[in-house]
Amino acid sequence: MDFIWDGIKEAARLWARGDAEIIEITLRTIAISAVATALALGIGVPAGAFLAMRHFRGRRLVVAAVNTGMGMPPVVVGLLVALVLWRSGPLGALDLIYTPTAIVAAQFLIAVPLVVGFSMASIQAIDPRLLDQIRSLGANRIQLLWLVAREARLGLLAALMAGFGAAISEVGAAMMVGGNIAGETRVLTTATVLETSRGNFEVALALGIMLLVMAYVVNLVFTGVQQQRRAV
Amino acid sequence: MRLGARTRRFGMGALVATLVVLAAAACGGDDEGELGGNLILATTTSVNDSGLLEDLVPLFEDETGVNVQLIAIGTGAALRMAEEGNADVLLVHAPDAERALVEAGDLQDRRLVAYNDFLLVGPADDPAGVAGERDVETALTAIAAAESRFLSRGDDSGTHKKELALWAAAGIEPGGGWYLESGQGMGASLTVADQREAYILTDRGAFLALRGTLELVAISEGDPALLNFYSVALVNPAKGRINAHAAAAWAVFLLRADVQNAIGAFRREEFGRSLFIPAAGQSEDAIATVIAAEAGNSATSDSTANDEE
Repeated sequence: MDFIWDGIKEAARLWARGDAEIIEITLRTIAISAVATALALGIGVPAGAFLAMRHFRGRRLVVAAVNTGMGMPPVVVGLLVALVLWRSGPLGALDLIYTPTAIVAAQFLIAVPLVVGFSMASIQAIDPRLLDQIRSLGANRIQLLWLVAREARLGLLAALMAGFGAAISEVGAAMMVGGNIAGETRVLTTATVLETSRGNFEVALALGIMLLVMAYVVNLVFTGVQQQRRAV
Repeated sequence: MRLGARTRRFGMGALVATLVVLAAAACGGDDEGELGGNLILATTTSVNDSGLLEDLVPLFEDETGVNVQLIAIGTGAALRMAEEGNADVLLVHAPDAERALVEAGDLQDRRLVAYNDFLLVGPADDPAGVAGERDVETALTAIAAAESRFLSRGDDSGTHKKELALWAAAGIEPGGGWYLESGQGMGASLTVADQREAYILTDRGAFLALRGTLELVAISEGDPALLNFYSVALVNPAKGRINAHAAAAWAVFLLRADVQNAIGAFRREEFGRSLFIPAAGQSEDAIATVIAAEAGNSATSDSTANDEE
């Protein structure tokens, strides 16, 4: 128990002291996962809306693929991204391996099936008669999508939180494609692995607690938005 | 890099050929071209866990303007990265495997940087009764005979390769319920061995660094067969896109007198001995001979002795 208590104290101490390296790692972690989640939303919400509102041949195959993707082991995503981005890989010439961009790419691929799946489910849950009504009132396609998004906002915020949560908590892919390089691609999860392997369990625990606190704060903000709008 | 989208269409062959030409043009003369860019340095978890490179890399970056991308993986994976041209330079500790890649033309200019030693550690109650046995083969034989729990790295790292070589030298094929494999890095494996009360082969640096968190004690040490040699080796620039200039500069840097001193001094005060003993310009054989003589051990090492260059 002392051990866990030491970790909590260490976390508080690192925060209180404003440890430059920890702050830098924390900010980088947020930035990388925010960009990956934003991209996942940009692609995933329209894709989810399309799957929810259109019926086409092979739709079932695509939906099954999305559902599989929601449970895709991040480490497999990491391996695939690494194989593509390594110098010996097809996109090796872009020099992206071991950069924050590579981590963004991996986290995007991890988050996007979650975003597609959640937005598809929430948009499908909208009463189809409402859609007919909106259409009959003469809404154009953009207006229709905007109203649908408003109607499905609870589910879309859930998609956002699920995507961000998956991206920021992921370690295997970030390690593989980022390389855990100090000052460049070290994020909270990979730093936790490193400190654990170095036997600095207190620091590792402190990093883990920071990750938890951060995820909590981010979710608290989104949940606030989600529930507040609902009350109105 | 604007090459991307358009070049891809021409296929990998054309792309590789173009890049080889560009790379060859870029480092045409030995010392021409700007020193800079990214340098992928693949190294072992044991070196990385010690923290040594966190001292050295910033020094090198400040001096040269090169951006070092330090990737800590097992020696096996690092060697594989060299074969594929996915790294520029290695700092690894599997002499036999390194020599094989030099022979195959994947690596060049391999040079000894430093050494330390492996040691066999285990639970304080020593179930196989081998504590203090200097001859590591004898110790391993006793552990296998007693079927005392032994944890192997099992990850194709330099330490794992060493462990397998020691078992082979003792004429034992380890296996069975007493022989566990963690598949993890040195630090994580030491923790597993500690929790499972198993014997484990470790490099001294990792053991000293983690000693405070472990209950494991030294069981067998000092055998010349346990020497652990760290070398720097350059990836053959013919693989294309290799930052050969920066790789060569990194090797020169590591072997420079002041950096060698810094390597020897690293955490020496903390542990009362060097984690890494500088060895620029020495040969593995000569070091093994000296250690054997110091140990009063007349038998020369057969598992570490090997023709150097």
